[in-house]
Amino acid sequence: MNAVITVLGKDNVGILANVSNECAQAGANIIEVTQSVLQGMFAMIMFVDISACTVPFSELVDKLTAKGEDMGVKIHVMHEDIFNAMHKI
Amino acid sequence: MINSHDILETINMIDNENLDVRTITMGISLLDCIDDDIDKACDKVYDKICRYAKDLVKTGENISKDYGIPIIHKRIAVTPIAMLAAACPTKNPVKFAKTLDKAAAEVGVNFVGGYSALVHKGFAQGDYALIESIPEALASTECVCSSVNIGSTKAGINMDAVAKMGRVIRKSAELTADRDCIGAAKLVVFCNAPEDNPFMAGAFHGPGEPDCVINVGVSGPGVVRAALAKAGDCNITEVADIVKKTAFKITRAGMLVAREASKRLSVPFGIVDLSLAPTPAIGDSVAYILEEMGLEQCGAHGTTACLALLNDAVKKGGVMASSHVGGLSGAFIPVTEDAGMIEAARSKALTLTKLEAMTAVCSVGLDMIAIPGDTPADIISGIIADEAAIGMVNSKTTAVRLIPAIGRQAGEELNFGGLLGKGPIMDINPKSPSKFIARGGRIPAPMQSLKN
Repeated sequence: MNAVITVLGKDNVGILANVSNECAQAGANIIEVTQSVLQGMFAMIMFVDISACTVPFSELVDKLTAKGEDMGVKIHVMHEDIFNAMHKI
Repeated sequence: MINSHDILETINMIDNENLDVRTITMGISLLDCIDDDIDKACDKVYDKICRYAKDLVKTGENISKDYGIPIIHKRIAVTPIAMLAAACPTKNPVKFAKTLDKAAAEVGVNFVGGYSALVHKGFAQGDYALIESIPEALASTECVCSSVNIGSTKAGINMDAVAKMGRVIRKSAELTADRDCIGAAKLVVFCNAPEDNPFMAGAFHGPGEPDCVINVGVSGPGVVRAALAKAGDCNITEVADIVKKTAFKITRAGMLVAREASKRLSVPFGIVDLSLAPTPAIGDSVAYILEEMGLEQCGAHGTTACLALLNDAVKKGGVMASSHVGGLSGAFIPVTEDAGMIEAARSKALTLTKLEAMTAVCSVGLDMIAIPGDTPADIISGIIADEAAIGMVNSKTTAVRLIPAIGRQAGEELNFGGLLGKGPIMDINPKSPSKFIARGGRIPAPMQSLKN
């Protein structure tokens, strides 16, 4: 069971570290990361395996959303099924 | 693996284009609550709703969080209350409305639909009393919505009910004149009412439905408009294809939510209603889609054609995305709930006559239209009869939700706040149909009804 974490916003030191740290604490295993910085804008898409999560998924969502607000970037955490449903027949 | 373009597209739809699932509506049958003692019946209704829907709101919020997609409303539709009122004919059915309101507050939903009667062929026990009580019921409750089906392709149009509903709409507005006549905004008069519609104010749980069911209404006018804007100057066939593809994606999101809600609540999934439901928020307007297709303003000549294309393409895209489709399924055109329609009505580009033509090709009817406060009941009945005739002959649902703005004239405005929005009072044709309405009786079912 995977979730997709996206981070968009102004680049800063430690964004990836902070997000990874939250994932590690929640027991979410990172399986793929795509990240780039274009003209000062940070964009990252991260796939995490949440099957062994130690906290309820909604708690991870809340924590990462709050973390994003602290860092001044927009973080979305969504179950991968929403993308599969909308973009695959 | 999912590609990054798809991920960013979905997030953009949610963040910038108002993609949401409009409503999860739980349909609950109250047939087992019928009792000739109205107090006992109300106790049973309250208990059953609270028991079945106790986790509805929380489950909706959890699904919304897990999938990152807003789910705006959680609502309840119940068996038409006239069927319960039939068992206790000497009692005032408003007690049922107050019970529904109390149960809605207890479980936290924002609307409960089903203070309804189905009288397309005539009045049965309970129907008459219920219809008479609608104005008082709507004035004395917050969350209760009412609907009356007065015609169908199979049965024709019950003109006695049409005459009556003109008076009931006026009275509903009069009793709530101090609150911008909001009573009338919670009352829909239908022809060919669907039994599984999840959208308010017309939702009720039809007698052919199971004990409990989950129906989901999708939305997303902003997403469709943005997709058309991105496509630029393409021809109209391509426009239809873009609408279809977008509707598919929107509906799949709705289907996922419906399946998940059904699983988590252990309630069977009923249907997804493929509707483009606007809100007064900027960018969430059906009128803007029509304008994106190339109209200077909604209401211009060409509007009906654009709406016909939109309505059809939404269905074609959505139908493959869901295993069961139902309800109203199409584009809604509620004037006060759509920023583009409000502007068009204010500038008089959009008139009542144009709206009537549009209802022949969209999914509902004359919806959320404020009319002058001195409009006689007979004229309202005339408008209902016209609209019902369009539905009856075209084998489609049509509805009338008019708000007589008591004490105000055309050009002034009503403001309900929230999703019901605001809008100008529109001009009507003042010529009287009163002799026609006073005839009563039933318009015979058209040839289209003889399909067997």
